[in-house]
Amino acid sequence: MKKSILDVARVIRSKNSGPYELTLDVMFNDRKHYELFRDRAIISRDLISRLYNVDTSEILGIVWFEPCNAVKATIRRRIASGAPGDTDIYGAQQHAPLLSIEFEEEG
Amino acid sequence: MSAREFRVLSPTAILGYGFPEESFRNGVAKKPDLIACDAGSTDPGPYYLGSGKSFTDRAFVKRDLTFMLVEGVRRGVPVVVGTAGGSGAAPHLAWCRSIIEEIAREQNLSFTMGVIASDVSKQTVKAALAAGRIQALPFVPTLDGKAIDESPHIVAQIGCEPLQKALAAGCNVVLAGRCYDPANFAALPIMKGFPEGLCLHMGKILECGAIAATPGSGADCAFATIFDDRFVLEALSPKRRFTRESAAAHTLYEKSDPYRLPGPGGLIDLTGCSFTDLGEGRVEVRGSRHEKTPAYWVKLEGSRRIGSRSLSIAGVRDPIMVRDIEPVLEAVRQQVRAMAGNTVAGELYFHVYGKNGVMGPGEPVRITTSHELGIVIEAISPTQEQADTLVSVTRSTLLHYGYPGRISTAGNLAFPFSPSDIRAGDVYGFSIYHLMQVDDPAGFPLEVVHVRNGAKS
Repeated sequence: MKKSILDVARVIRSKNSGPYELTLDVMFNDRKHYELFRDRAIISRDLISRLYNVDTSEILGIVWFEPCNAVKATIRRRIASGAPGDTDIYGAQQHAPLLSIEFEEEG
Repeated sequence: MSAREFRVLSPTAILGYGFPEESFRNGVAKKPDLIACDAGSTDPGPYYLGSGKSFTDRAFVKRDLTFMLVEGVRRGVPVVVGTAGGSGAAPHLAWCRSIIEEIAREQNLSFTMGVIASDVSKQTVKAALAAGRIQALPFVPTLDGKAIDESPHIVAQIGCEPLQKALAAGCNVVLAGRCYDPANFAALPIMKGFPEGLCLHMGKILECGAIAATPGSGADCAFATIFDDRFVLEALSPKRRFTRESAAAHTLYEKSDPYRLPGPGGLIDLTGCSFTDLGEGRVEVRGSRHEKTPAYWVKLEGSRRIGSRSLSIAGVRDPIMVRDIEPVLEAVRQQVRAMAGNTVAGELYFHVYGKNGVMGPGEPVRITTSHELGIVIEAISPTQEQADTLVSVTRSTLLHYGYPGRISTAGNLAFPFSPSDIRAGDVYGFSIYHLMQVDDPAGFPLEVVHVRNGAKS
């Protein structure tokens, strides 16, 4: 059945990593779902590119971090922090597109 | 196993964010060998570095520093504060220094203070650029002479070496300009021979106060004990504890790669790192390594004035206007542009809360269901007068704009305030965010000040 990422993640957040990058973190509730997402590459360059409307060349990297069952994607900010037209100086409220991620799981 | 240890108290995430006195007292009771605090960040944006102002409040910076200095000086515990005044350029350093001197007078304190400037001259940056000793970080525009000339303050994020020079010179209070956050915590234990990787990783966690504990807080203290092969984290409030997950999760915070954290002169490598719950809210960390880079690079930061800003804030409650907000704002923009012609320079921005005020064009929700919208009309112009004019004319045009199907013909906007328009002053943009190679990492000016019973001698 189809499930939402909200069923299996305890932290979904965004923040600047310096004024030119936005870094997105998902921390899963348990190792099982961390591995499920990692092994199926559910959070991929393609997905991040689509959700954030950035070219894959604007994705600095996607890193799976086992010590806290987390995955991190870092992308180019649409506009440098604080430049004219910016809407989120700290980049702390840019996580919403990640909330729409769904996946298939039995039970 | 060696019994050697070094104990570090971190009062708060950023000097001026505050901390509960009880947590601080608990930390002092644990007999720290160092009280250290990071005092700044680039997170609040480019304004503060460029304008020379602090994003932290003077009264609270003084409050936090008073606790740190009084206890540190009385107990002979060194106090290290980096990124003075929020951005660490000369005016920020002078601001924080004057607060320390004021506290010294009021509390009748005697100490030796090392004040380290991290400003880099335009000439030095230009010479480095010409010599190929400047590197752009990802997504950062290439540096040019114009950006250097237009940046009133250029700072280098210094590493441990200048702090160590001050500590070795006998300073028991060290105040630094822009500084790599972990260095405030790591400089002294590294001098004492503890492993760089452990010291810097400990600093990376402690520089955020209790943010890495659970529940996290940027306004509470944290404590670390370093041994030769590990460090142990603990919170100082009964409300919080460190867990394996909270400590590990912090490694992700604000960084692009949690396994490799670059800093001045090298990087912290966490690929072999382990986090173990010791119980009672304590977590043990092992295996953090520091890898030196062949050349020593520091990060430079600069920002420049790009204009002046004016704002107006208003709400819209009419359902027809809410539905058609985009074409309405576009028509108003064109009408204003036609009226202002070439005489009023500047750019207009509409921040429409309830629609896409937070994510702008990246907002995935395309259909607005809010019954009301909040609009911030923003103008950025070369001069304040031009920005004021643009906002004023846009506000009045939008207020009375006759959009198709309008039934609410008395006015389109609800203003919460009079005056409706706000002068927001100078606007800055980041101009420099590059790495520069340096030959002498300790080569930043150190001034040693002897404070005796509150007076300089």
